[in-house]
Amino acid sequence: MLIGKSLPKGNGVTIMKSRTAVAAAIPLIFGLLAGCGGGGGVSASAAANAQGPISIWYSNNAQEVAWGEQMVASWNKLHPSEKVTGQQIPAASSSEEVIGAAITAGSEPCLIYNTAPAAVPTFEQQGGLVSLSSFPGGASYIEARTGPGASVYKSPDGQYYQMPWKSNPVMIFYNKKIFAKAGISTTNPPLSTYTEFLATSKKLVSSGAAKYAIYPDPSSDFFQAWYDFYPMYAAETGGTELVANGKATFNSTAGDAVAAFWQQMYAQGLAGKGSYTNDPFAAGTAAMAIVGPWAIASYQGKVDWGVVPVPTTAGSHGDQVPTFSDAKNIAMYASCKNRGTAWDFLKFSTSTAEDGKLLTMTGQMPMRQGIQQLYASYFTANPSYTEFAAEAAHTIEVPNVPNSIEDWQVFRDAWSKSVIFAQQSPDAALAGAATQINKLVASGGTP
Amino acid sequence: MTSIASRRPKLPPPEGELAPGQVRAQRVLRAALGRHPIGMLFSAPYAFFIAVLFAYPLGLAVWISFHRYFFTAPGVSVPRPYVGLANYDAVLDDPAVRQAFLNILIFLVINVPLTVMLSLLLATALNAVIPFRAFFRTSFFVPYVTASVATVGVWLFMFSSGGIISNLLGPLAPHPSWLVNEQWAMPTIAIYVTWKGLGIFILLYLAALQGVPKELYEAAEVDGASWWHRFRSVTVPGVRQVTTLVTLLAVITGANLFTEPYLLTGGGAPNGKSTSPVLQIYETGIEQNHPDFASALGVILVVGVLLIVGIQQLVQRRQA
Repeated sequence: MLIGKSLPKGNGVTIMKSRTAVAAAIPLIFGLLAGCGGGGGVSASAAANAQGPISIWYSNNAQEVAWGEQMVASWNKLHPSEKVTGQQIPAASSSEEVIGAAITAGSEPCLIYNTAPAAVPTFEQQGGLVSLSSFPGGASYIEARTGPGASVYKSPDGQYYQMPWKSNPVMIFYNKKIFAKAGISTTNPPLSTYTEFLATSKKLVSSGAAKYAIYPDPSSDFFQAWYDFYPMYAAETGGTELVANGKATFNSTAGDAVAAFWQQMYAQGLAGKGSYTNDPFAAGTAAMAIVGPWAIASYQGKVDWGVVPVPTTAGSHGDQVPTFSDAKNIAMYASCKNRGTAWDFLKFSTSTAEDGKLLTMTGQMPMRQGIQQLYASYFTANPSYTEFAAEAAHTIEVPNVPNSIEDWQVFRDAWSKSVIFAQQSPDAALAGAATQINKLVASGGTP
Repeated sequence: MTSIASRRPKLPPPEGELAPGQVRAQRVLRAALGRHPIGMLFSAPYAFFIAVLFAYPLGLAVWISFHRYFFTAPGVSVPRPYVGLANYDAVLDDPAVRQAFLNILIFLVINVPLTVMLSLLLATALNAVIPFRAFFRTSFFVPYVTASVATVGVWLFMFSSGGIISNLLGPLAPHPSWLVNEQWAMPTIAIYVTWKGLGIFILLYLAALQGVPKELYEAAEVDGASWWHRFRSVTVPGVRQVTTLVTLLAVITGANLFTEPYLLTGGGAPNGKSTSPVLQIYETGIEQNHPDFASALGVILVVGVLLIVGIQQLVQRRQA
């Protein structure tokens, strides 16, 4: 063939086709090889006692970052040959999706100080977690620190895949300035029963003191139920979890009562329904918030706040009203090559001294027995935190059941449809959600 | 002076001078690599990029959609049985998925014509000699280059129950307000996306308008055509190719809708009336670790978009 000589049409097309095919095939093969070549996992037996450098992730709020940085610096000073590198968890809409993706890619660090108990069953299913019970004295260390409450964090196989670390007992925060403006007591506000709560809310809104009485995030994220329904359900039932003995529990009088209460709040315009970009409580749009002590730092200088337990039908009094823990735990991840160091570091970071620093620097409650006595000076200097410490001993957790996140999403969708947007009766919606959740739990984690 | 012949590239010896085996090998090599193998080298990086980031994930997604699959850590071996069309059945049986596709249909019905009409009209206006033309051209482009998170914040504020839009409309404002209203949530998102993306489409039309011969307008004017007639008979046919492109891009944008419902309506509120298929892919695939269901949904979405594009191409060819 000579250049310049025209090719017969058919031959030219054939050549072009084969060339295109080769051009497409070569990189595709490279792509497939690249996709298949990664990973391989870590040898569990080799990693179990290995010592050496590790990396950790911690939460990205300023207080926890400060705590994490000082803790890592302290360790590195004492253990120069087992250097720990700490960093904030990468930003995303939720930490769970970042961790899930990192497990799949095999790029997760040894320890994550922001592991939500609800995500633990999924991470376990992925083969992404290391059993802490597998370390000599692992289970006893966890139980000695946390006490009998630790047992709720055991997985169905009886192992601990998470270290109960810190809790944020969810309570009702109220803005004293707004309450005073509405002519409501700021020292003993009537918020104990549903009837009182509704009456107080009406007064707050009708007086013009605040646009909304309370504004829990109305979005459809699976975890939003932890900040409206679940704390009040815990209080109403005396501490029953969403699922017990493989069955949903909320299709009950207590569940219906909580749903009816919130439905009233939304129907009467006392709770906001729209999305928001800034914290409505900090901004003064809402007079109350339902949240744990981790949020206090964001109210500093903005809100003069008081705190009471979540209401119940009969009335909630004292500091022993059950509520949702909003705990974040520590888990060790499967890609960790130096698990011996990771276990030692985990114990170091949950020592009495570091727990004290965590409390002092973040205001969050270490899940350790007797914190009020152990850190008495802190609670004397910060009496407003005493209630959270007392409540911390009466919290409930999300159930450690298969398809946990999907269970919560089913619940949230039913809640959103019936309670927030009144498209269905809450009783029927909760009954439907209970049936679906029972099926999901019974499926035993098979997606 | 160098002769033309001396500047010619060196040619391979004619096939007649080579052994039959060499000729065959040369033919195979040429068939595979073409006359200019260096072209393969130049195109390889992009082909590699396409293969790794598009072709391989798409192929894997199709494979996953026919198997029981969940993400695992590297080295973890779990059975991934072939399940045939079970995942597709589950997707098509899910009322939330059907709702999501209906939402997208509503979105497209509002967004696509609005995008085409507004961008063409505004481009025509900006193409005319008007005062502050550069200022207006820049202004329309600002939303496009501004981060969605920032513009969503403004829209949330504007379309809330006490926002400027509801205040302006007074009793005519819907209740509950726009983004928490079942009837208005998706149209509001469609309008937001139209507004945000208008800049780039105006730019495309402005470029196309430069290619419409001025003589056609002059001839039409001589014939006594009004502004509307000139627009309809000269401008619209003159930018038909760009209209096709704009429609195509708007359809693809609609099919990929995620950020806007996620941020504006808190993940599909009220009651799933603003959920999109991509939002559901994210929820089931990433949050709930059911990539098999999510992949089947993704494949259906891709096929749907290809069908729409195919029909559009067919109609366009017939019109041409």
